[in-house]
Amino acid sequence: MNLDIVIGIIQIILIATTPLVFAGIGELVTEKTGVLNLGVEGMMLVGAVTAFVTLVITGSYFLAFLVSILSGALMSGLFAYLVLILMSNQVATGLALTIFGIGLSSMIGKQYIGTPIKGFNPYFFVVLSFVIVFLVHYFFYKTKLGLIFRAVGESHHSSHALGYSVIKIRLLGILFGGSMCGLAGSYMSICYAPMWQENMIAGRGWIALALVVFATWKPRRILVGAYIFGGVSILQMNLQAWGVNFPGQFFNMAPYLATMIVLVIISSNRLRIRLSAPASLTIPFFKGR
Amino acid sequence: MNKQLFLAGEVKMIKLITTTIFFLGLMLGSANADPKKIGFIYIGPPGDHGWTYMHDQGRQYMESQLGDAVSSTYIENVPENADAVRAIRKLAASGHDLIFTTSFNYMDQTLEVAKEFPDVKFEHATGYMRADNVSTYGARFYEGRTISGHIAGNLTKTNTIGYIGSFPIPEVVRGINAFYLAASKVNPDIKIKIIWAFTWYDPGKEADAAKTLINQGADILVQHTDTFAPCQEAEKAGVLAFGQASNQEEFCPNSHLTAIEDVWGPYYAERAKAVVDGTWSSSDTWEGMDKGMVVMSPYNAKIMPSDLIQEAVAMEIALKDGSMHAFEGPIYNQAGELMVPEGEVADDGMLLGMNWYVQGIDGELPQ
Repeated sequence: MNLDIVIGIIQIILIATTPLVFAGIGELVTEKTGVLNLGVEGMMLVGAVTAFVTLVITGSYFLAFLVSILSGALMSGLFAYLVLILMSNQVATGLALTIFGIGLSSMIGKQYIGTPIKGFNPYFFVVLSFVIVFLVHYFFYKTKLGLIFRAVGESHHSSHALGYSVIKIRLLGILFGGSMCGLAGSYMSICYAPMWQENMIAGRGWIALALVVFATWKPRRILVGAYIFGGVSILQMNLQAWGVNFPGQFFNMAPYLATMIVLVIISSNRLRIRLSAPASLTIPFFKGR
Repeated sequence: MNKQLFLAGEVKMIKLITTTIFFLGLMLGSANADPKKIGFIYIGPPGDHGWTYMHDQGRQYMESQLGDAVSSTYIENVPENADAVRAIRKLAASGHDLIFTTSFNYMDQTLEVAKEFPDVKFEHATGYMRADNVSTYGARFYEGRTISGHIAGNLTKTNTIGYIGSFPIPEVVRGINAFYLAASKVNPDIKIKIIWAFTWYDPGKEADAAKTLINQGADILVQHTDTFAPCQEAEKAGVLAFGQASNQEEFCPNSHLTAIEDVWGPYYAERAKAVVDGTWSSSDTWEGMDKGMVVMSPYNAKIMPSDLIQEAVAMEIALKDGSMHAFEGPIYNQAGELMVPEGEVADDGMLLGMNWYVQGIDGELPQ
């Protein structure tokens, strides 16, 4: 095996893993503020289709990525209105958001299926994904505002009593998550596999959700987890192509299996799970109580 | 004439409408027979420019041929699990007379629903289990693989072919074997690298597999998955590729050698007509190039020498008139056992159940 092949494999892993990093870090910020948004897959799809359509119409990559970020934020804004203001159930609303996203993206993209476009260089986004992860880490653990965000996720009543606006902070967390999912979607349809195809996210949103648990809600571990998931999936392809007999089916469930193992480990000890998951995750905030 | 149904139930609505139509019909006396309702279950979206796209082209052809005698409905993106039962049942319960289920792994689900609705006719693509109201149909795509293999054997410079498979089922394995037999005939040094994606439809993963194969030295890509992502990757990397299920040349003009196109329209029209005429009966259809069910896309003269194009066309003719067969003996399996003796060709039973690689292919077939 020569160096070129190794470099090639690393390139493929970098390209394949980046959408998981974007969506994963976005969802992590949302969950850190105490909100679980299961709409990742739907927001990614809408981001993918809006970016693609914008690119076809305007020819501008910048506008395409901008529109995908905005549309992801818009989708998550809808979610925020439902769960923060109307106090709807977060799990049900998130699932509904995914189903809505699947339908909406199909409808928007109907006449753009099979339109050929020129792909955008993915490495810009590979670098950006690392930068964002480290910025999020810095934000949460080195800034006062980050501490407030975490406090809201841990105990919204204490934060409220201290005078912080729980709703406003959660809204920001949700919007950031939506923006990142939108960006991850546009990366899929413009860099990764430059095309629009219905359902082209193909489950990566769910892997991103699993990733947040796998990372035990620590930003930098998102990178570790994403590269384990992405790396394993590319390495098994290489093993197959080298003729090594390998159960490829196994790797389709590997991310979920790994997440379950992490869940078992962190749940084996009450203290450990309490130290990991934001304590107020999925609990709605009523101002009056 | 067609409308698209979504999975969340509006069955009640349809029932209401059909009942209304029924009573209206009674009141008016039926001067014109109601159009027969033909349903389709798709594994992907009609816009995949691959497998499902060609079934939808077939559906549209059927409508154009039969006009007002039929109306058609399709449900897209139906997973190959218990959801398929619900989707098929939904069509059956809403008054469809004939239902095409267009993927191999709808087999059990099709039979299950067929048992509940003995008056509804079903047609299951690429399967082998039939019943009184369940037909099977398929196309001999492997004939096209023979031609692809011949072209690849002649054009490869690295003697390495990358093959992206979906699932290790006979339909796909047959294609790999037919491809390899033809390729190794013109180029005994040829190696074939196979990646199983374990999905029919995931542009990202198909692109990953294509990149991995190119990285490992493949200079021609063959795919048995549903999107044009591999062909786009080939174009980007400057290697060659075969399109899948439909002509994909517009997505990779400098890489696309040819594609094996599935042409379902005439079959769909014939079967729907049989339902209209009341002559439908359960049958097993497996046609190839001779009946026009499998067609090669135009050969790309930009990247193929003209004598090779002529050879490919001659092979098409030979496969059509029967003077050539994709599986001519002697054929050995990987263990060196003689599977098809010299002077014979593989029979349909062997082809339908093919779960072994021919000699010369490296690697084990996942079970």
